[in-house]
Amino acid sequence: MYRETEILQQTSPGIIGETGEFTINVGPQHPATHGVLHLVITLSGETIKKVEPHLGYIHRSIEKMCESLNYRQFIYVTSRMDYLSAHINNHACALCVEKGLQIEVPPRAQVIRILMDELTRVASHELWWGAMAMDLGAFTPFFHAFRERESINEIMEETCGARLTMNYIAPGGVVQDLHPDFQRRVKEFLKLYKRKIHEYDELVTGNIIFQNRMKGIGMLSAKDAISYGVTGPAARGSNVSSDIRKIQPYEIYDKLEFDEVLETGCDSFARYMVRIREMQQSIRIIEQLIDNIPEGDFQAKTKAVLKLPKGEFYTRVETARGELGVYIVSEGGTTPYRIKFRSPGFSNLSVLDHIARGSKIGDLVAMMGTLDLVIPDIDR
Amino acid sequence: MSKELLKFRITELLPTATFDDSGEWLNVELTAAEWPTLAGALCKDSHLALDYMFCLTCIDWKTHLTMVYHMTSTSFRHSVVVKVKLDRDKPEVVSVSKCWRTAEFHEREVYEMFGVNFLHHPDLRLLILPDGWEGKNPLRKDFEDPINMIRL
Repeated sequence: MYRETEILQQTSPGIIGETGEFTINVGPQHPATHGVLHLVITLSGETIKKVEPHLGYIHRSIEKMCESLNYRQFIYVTSRMDYLSAHINNHACALCVEKGLQIEVPPRAQVIRILMDELTRVASHELWWGAMAMDLGAFTPFFHAFRERESINEIMEETCGARLTMNYIAPGGVVQDLHPDFQRRVKEFLKLYKRKIHEYDELVTGNIIFQNRMKGIGMLSAKDAISYGVTGPAARGSNVSSDIRKIQPYEIYDKLEFDEVLETGCDSFARYMVRIREMQQSIRIIEQLIDNIPEGDFQAKTKAVLKLPKGEFYTRVETARGELGVYIVSEGGTTPYRIKFRSPGFSNLSVLDHIARGSKIGDLVAMMGTLDLVIPDIDR
Repeated sequence: MSKELLKFRITELLPTATFDDSGEWLNVELTAAEWPTLAGALCKDSHLALDYMFCLTCIDWKTHLTMVYHMTSTSFRHSVVVKVKLDRDKPEVVSVSKCWRTAEFHEREVYEMFGVNFLHHPDLRLLILPDGWEGKNPLRKDFEDPINMIRL
């Protein structure tokens, strides 16, 4: 029997006991959960008493699947985890394989990877911004966000051949060289972005209704953020320094100039501001690199069949949503013995119950939106 | 703190711990009975302050299971990996969700995927798998499902 029907029967709206508490279902098909997330919420009047996530509607058992794929193949399955930062997922896996094989990635490939990472981050935050505003009832920002996002997708399509699941990274570098138009297109995008960015603040950030709905909602203290394993913009909104690009720099991030965005508000609005400001930092990184792509190989020479030595390898990467960890346990074969993806969404979701308790049901969307949950990333 | 200092401090807290420092981070190997006392000390000790658990998982070695905990300190930026060996037929270990709240969800995942029983866990239920899924643990090496084939 399908689980959803069972739960719906168990928790059909109705008053339980004498306390007057009742449960409602949000999802698995609900526009504000942006995917098949199922929340069973216990309410007392309009106040949230408990939020209980039910996962697994899009669980594909990627970890088990990877155990039978070799070290070149498994990278591409991970594009399907967090599909909004697919490139960064691929990057994390390639870094882990390279760590095991001690492959030196050519400088050109490193720069290309970072450029793509930051473009992905901007595209992901754009989509989040549009969807977030739409959840709160403003429809126009969605189109504004997609206008800029579309030009990033076109850049991706030209070079990688795909818009969302790029699959552009291979162990040792990238799959193919940049499209000849890449630099021109990125510069055009930067120009467009700078011309339009003020609209974001005028439309949403400065809007008094929006601010009233976001400020003081979903309070998350720094201590709780660390304890719950919250990472990425959600943690940085609580003034927790958690940017892996700064803590454990990979590729050439330590040579680049950018700031880790921190806010002290601890509420939904702080988390919102972190992402808005982070887009500008990503643009800053792209500007530094776009005219300085070194010449040379785009891929290191690697063997056709990769065999990782016996041991354990762990890499941490900053995706658009937080820290992605790839943990490979190798027995010396061509496939991983065990692989674990520490996805940012899974830990970020676990804090939802904590921050939602005691607030009103109407504010749930404002809290969930700023956690930026991507469901396939949670379920894996 | 360097690996040597970490080792020294952890030995003070738990003299029977064995170490492996060949990897990137210091690995501490323990038995399930030793883990609860050390876990409490690791997150509270002011010199270690391992307040952020960034990964919690399990590995099936066919003869036994190994719980792997990755912890780091947000103030000192040093990391420690703790490995706890468990019996494969009756895997039991004390939950650390009191020390690190993130463990609550991760332990539920390990519970259903590997069948590890976490003692004193506040809410040990299936998280990802459908209700009524009992007895089979998908991430164990001997799991086979002829209908929904996972292996490629």
